[in-house]
Amino acid sequence: MNAPVATLPAAKDFKSDTKPVWCPGCGDYGVLTSLARALADLGFRREEVAIVSGIGCSSRMPAYTNCYGFHGVHGRALAVATGLKVSRPDLTVIAAGGDGDGYSIGGNHFLHACRRNVDLTYIVMDNHVYGMTKGQSSPTTEPDWDNALTPGGTGLRPFQPLVIALASGANFVARAFSGDIIGTADIIAKAVKSRGFSFVEILSPCVTFRPEQRDWKELARPSPVAPTDDPARAARRIMTDDGFNIGVLYAGDRKPYQPEIGRARRSLQDLAEEFAR
Amino acid sequence: MTSAARTKASPGVSVAMTGSGGSGVMTAGNMLLEAAALAGCYGLMSRTSGPQIRGGEAAALIRLAGEPIEGHDDRFDLVISIDWLNLERFAAEIPLDSKSIAIGDPGQGEPPAAMLGPVTRRLALPMKALAKKIPGGRANMIALGYVGSLIGLPEDALAEAVRRTLGAEGDRLTASLAGIEAGRLAAAGVDCPHRLAPRRSDGAKRWLITGNEAAGYGALKGGVRFVAAYPITPATEMLEWMSPALSGLGGVLVQAEDELASINMVIGASYGGTPALTATSGPGFALMTESLGLAVAAEVPIVVVDVMRSGPSTGIPTKSEQADLNIALYGVHGDAPHVVVAPNSVADCLTTTHWAVHLAESMQVPVVVLSDQSMGQTRMLIDAPRDKDFIGERAVAAANGQDYKRYALTPSGVSPMAIPGTPSLMYTADGLEHSERGTPSSQARDHLAQLDKRERKLRSADFGLHWAEIEGEGEIAVLTWGSCTGPVREAIARARTDGVAVKLVSLRLLSPSYPDRLAAALEGVKRVLVVEQTHSGQFYRYLRAEHALNAELRAMHRPGPLPMRPGDIHRELVEWSRP
Ligand SMILES: Cc1ncc(C[n+]2csc(CCOP(=O)(O)OP(=O)(O)O)c2C)c(N)n1
Ligand code: SF4
Ligand SMILES: [Mg+2]
Repeated sequence: MNAPVATLPAAKDFKSDTKPVWCPGCGDYGVLTSLARALADLGFRREEVAIVSGIGCSSRMPAYTNCYGFHGVHGRALAVATGLKVSRPDLTVIAAGGDGDGYSIGGNHFLHACRRNVDLTYIVMDNHVYGMTKGQSSPTTEPDWDNALTPGGTGLRPFQPLVIALASGANFVARAFSGDIIGTADIIAKAVKSRGFSFVEILSPCVTFRPEQRDWKELARPSPVAPTDDPARAARRIMTDDGFNIGVLYAGDRKPYQPEIGRARRSLQDLAEEFAR
Repeated sequence: MTSAARTKASPGVSVAMTGSGGSGVMTAGNMLLEAAALAGCYGLMSRTSGPQIRGGEAAALIRLAGEPIEGHDDRFDLVISIDWLNLERFAAEIPLDSKSIAIGDPGQGEPPAAMLGPVTRRLALPMKALAKKIPGGRANMIALGYVGSLIGLPEDALAEAVRRTLGAEGDRLTASLAGIEAGRLAAAGVDCPHRLAPRRSDGAKRWLITGNEAAGYGALKGGVRFVAAYPITPATEMLEWMSPALSGLGGVLVQAEDELASINMVIGASYGGTPALTATSGPGFALMTESLGLAVAAEVPIVVVDVMRSGPSTGIPTKSEQADLNIALYGVHGDAPHVVVAPNSVADCLTTTHWAVHLAESMQVPVVVLSDQSMGQTRMLIDAPRDKDFIGERAVAAANGQDYKRYALTPSGVSPMAIPGTPSLMYTADGLEHSERGTPSSQARDHLAQLDKRERKLRSADFGLHWAEIEGEGEIAVLTWGSCTGPVREAIARARTDGVAVKLVSLRLLSPSYPDRLAAALEGVKRVLVVEQTHSGQFYRYLRAEHALNAELRAMHRPGPLPMRPGDIHRELVEWSRP
């Protein structure tokens, strides 16, 4: 707080002094650091950015930043972010949350946010589990992952967020890994800069309920191929990789949805004319 | 239908125009209403149709009068059927009696006996045959000319109404003008006791508007510039009217993917500083309730209009009921103080929705507006609305303040809101319980302090004069709300001609309750008749729970889909007034 107005905030200025509730070692700490770094790298002032979320461990993000924040209800972050961005195109709006929040209870909004292509960035911290409710299967959990609510696993095929985003019209699709602070910051910065709906899926381990995800740091690696603007190629790559290729996987140039606002061509009096008799 | 005095006290003429879909009864009905406007009358029209999406039977229900009217009469004076298709389906909606006149086309076969049973006078009008003689002629225009002439609407008003609808020239206009002329000629010499006494315009401006349009206009007047919504009958027309209107004013309407999205988009826009609204009906409103609680907790002003239809579940989508009262009052989890208001006429849809924006903005709270299908979809001639100076001001925090606390505990409970973009005031709005600063807190003292604060905003507010409509004096009062108010007012006028004085109290402010004001309004009243359109008596129970009513109470509640009729309320009042 109280940084001199003339100097732009540094990465640390984008973090608040509220102590996260996250478990020690949770991947979300890394995402917070990367996000702060990306915003500083992009030269934002803190008041120009709004971070919007739903409910979950990962959805606690807004209060840990020093930007404007909105911590709403489970699954509706994208709807709040859409209303905010469409009515305030001058703001940079980032939605953030978990795999349960975004792909399960908020799944419908995810599809339509991709279709609508509002100039937003959507960060999902995917840990293949419901962390906050203490370890149930999420849409991205492996079918045989044993847990108390669905003993022996759900038996269901995991959701494929990146292909679905692509098929639904997202204009920018990337995968990141929370352990790679600088790489993730770079991807977030690219996503924020890209106009239209940018989707960043961040593999972010839940060390408490999925301790085996600590191994992700061995598996995650930069994507061997350059980003494409051909959705068919991007889809083929995403569907055939092992889920650990990191980088920008698709970058398109579809026009964002942004109705013109703020310029009145008519008055209330004009509107009343239609009723007068 | 027993009292002749009642019929005398019912102003105006009621006309039902019926026919199969595509026969043009709605067009003709709208033109009749336009003609009445030109003749300086008041009037209204509602539409009803069979379950088919397109086609099928349809009826335009019209009432015209020299004085302001707010609802349908108990019965219809004239029914004119271009064909008799399924007319009997409307039997309950178009009550006819021995004084009614039925007009039909002899070329369309026999009229349905069950429907026209009590009608003693039937007139034959060969609408199809007459239309055939006019190039491009249509039966609905013959009907319009005939009815307009029978009830005494001036010829030039009818012709001008047709011109205004169809434009200044063209084949269709020529054919239509010829059609109404042929209808008028056919009516020559037919004696009709149901006649309007048209008032020449007194120069006072009138508006022709539906409740849905009026609510939309009121919202814009209140400053709403962002709407997100999902289509649902009978709220859709409000949104369809608002969409181009908003873009003209520099605002925007977003079609959301569902109601969960609509209300959250609206919350997002309002958090960003733009007054915002969504409109829906029962099923959509039910989906919104979780986020209504979010708006309470995060203190984000929003307006949610519920144009009520018959429920539960999908219910009867095209018919009115007041049975969303309970969910509007009590449907939010947790202790969640919010405002519920209700317009009580088509015209009041404008004022009360305008007021709702003011309340939401000034208290930073969600406001639910309970309109309903009957107000929303009735097109009515009203006096041009007078300007109300509600000021929808939001308390906004000044830039570069020190030590900003978004949820600061203030005497009024309202704390200045920082608008994103403002330097130095960054905070996180939260549905989690929080401290004054907005940081999540599960401390007992923070919870209590914030619960008290949110409650205080409503309890300490001055809702001004608009909280209720209070008219007349009497030892009997009718306590009602919403669209029941029109029929109640008419019933009270009839009771007056019987020598029974009745006071009207129609509540616009339903939550928070306003016990002192209501007690004052009912001072000296010995009996209170509670009138509402629900099956279970939701309003009655709410009054019993929230108010110490020191009068003898009687509850009159019935479900939709049929409208509350003034005659039934009048009968109840007269009976009850007997010692
Ligand atoms: C309407 C509703 N249903 C259920 C919950 C309970 N709930 C809170 S967080 C959560 C799942 C969170 O999982 P995810 O989004 O993956 O976030 P994570 O905790 O893993 O970061 C659930 C089911 C809720 N808060 N609201
Ligand atoms: S439960 Fe898992 S996701 Fe939640 S904070 Fe702990 S490690 Fe992170
Ligand atoms: Mg998760």
